[in-house]
Amino acid sequence: MAVPILKQGPYLIATIQSALTDADLVQLRDALVGKVGSYRSSGVIVDVTALDVLDSFASRTLRDLAHMIRLRGAETVIVGIQPEVAFTMVRLGLTLEGVATALELEEGLFYLAQKLHSARQEG
Amino acid sequence: MPEVRTSKTPVVPPQEASESTATLLRELVSHLRQNRTQLRQEWAHRITEAKLLTAMSADEIFTEATAVYDQYVEALETGTFEALQAYARNLSERIIPRGVEIHEVVGIVLLLRDVLARSLFAKYQGDFAKLNRILDAYEPAANRIANTVAVGFVQERERIIREQQEAIRELSTPVLQVRERLLILPIIGVIDPQRARQLTEQLLRGIRTNRAKVVVIDITGVAAMDSQIANHLVQTVEASRLLGATVIVTGLSPEIAQTLVNIGVDLGKMSTVGDLQGGIEGAERLLGYKVVPIKEQGPNT
Repeated sequence: MAVPILKQGPYLIATIQSALTDADLVQLRDALVGKVGSYRSSGVIVDVTALDVLDSFASRTLRDLAHMIRLRGAETVIVGIQPEVAFTMVRLGLTLEGVATALELEEGLFYLAQKLHSARQEG
Repeated sequence: MPEVRTSKTPVVPPQEASESTATLLRELVSHLRQNRTQLRQEWAHRITEAKLLTAMSADEIFTEATAVYDQYVEALETGTFEALQAYARNLSERIIPRGVEIHEVVGIVLLLRDVLARSLFAKYQGDFAKLNRILDAYEPAANRIANTVAVGFVQERERIIREQQEAIRELSTPVLQVRERLLILPIIGVIDPQRARQLTEQLLRGIRTNRAKVVVIDITGVAAMDSQIANHLVQTVEASRLLGATVIVTGLSPEIAQTLVNIGVDLGKMSTVGDLQGGIEGAERLLGYKVVPIKEQGPNT
């Protein structure tokens, strides 16, 4: 199942609605990394609230996605990881190192707004 | 004793043996019913003499003794122990809070067994072979009864202990909100793996329900920590980060600091502050709060 990607101002929002296959995840990654360039977005939010499992492939893909998007000049936030999912991931050593996380969509937008603000001040 | 038993065994084939056990037990039970008052009194008397159940009055002992006696005889008669077991549990529930110990409970049941055995000796002293057969039927049943009562008592006690442990555990892991989006989790006492898991669960749930951004985990009250628990703590910090919350750990004692360094915990993943005050100040900084004494604001603001 393809994940819809919504453009919201300077941000892209991808809300995962149901469990994804590995191929779907890779497709999502490529789509986001591509659209960040074509829409000139400054931030990406991936909402995983609906997922009750995040396995090693999914975690690695999300981490790669975030790193790739950073190389393309934008920030990524993963939002909505469930408490049980978070602890299971950590036990498996999947900690999404170097990737920003937030409780939910609103927090993620707030985080990106702050990032954008501080980037503008610096620039 | 052994030679009597060997002389008896060949005489009674196995199937008949079970039948005659039933007959013998019936005879036994009617004997015990007939002499109920006397044996019961004898038993209560011996309980007092042995200074058992000192937490209970003589009247109470007699009442309980009557009930136990009847249950005992009934268990002998029917060969089923459910009623006795239920009674033993009920009795334990009533007497455990009064400080009755397991040795007392086992003691009184064994006393009853002895009192009854004595009365059997007295009744069948003329017929040694019969006495032997009666005892053969009586002893296993009596032992099972003693067993059942003791197990019932211990089970009841364990149930109480389990309930109390559960209650203590519930109380021992408070997740408190001290400011909007700031939680503190004070940990006091020994952390075992089960408690560690529960702490993590409650913290992660607390982060979600309170929409926390910063969590201060204070471990001033934790005396020691092994590598397993230390790793668990690090995992909790990481899991909290995945939910979008920053964790500050405060109050690490010198011993715990040494443990963490010795086992090589990656300290880059954990931000630590000396004491709870420092932790809360750091958290307020992260949240953008600034605490200002009232007088510094000036009189007209």
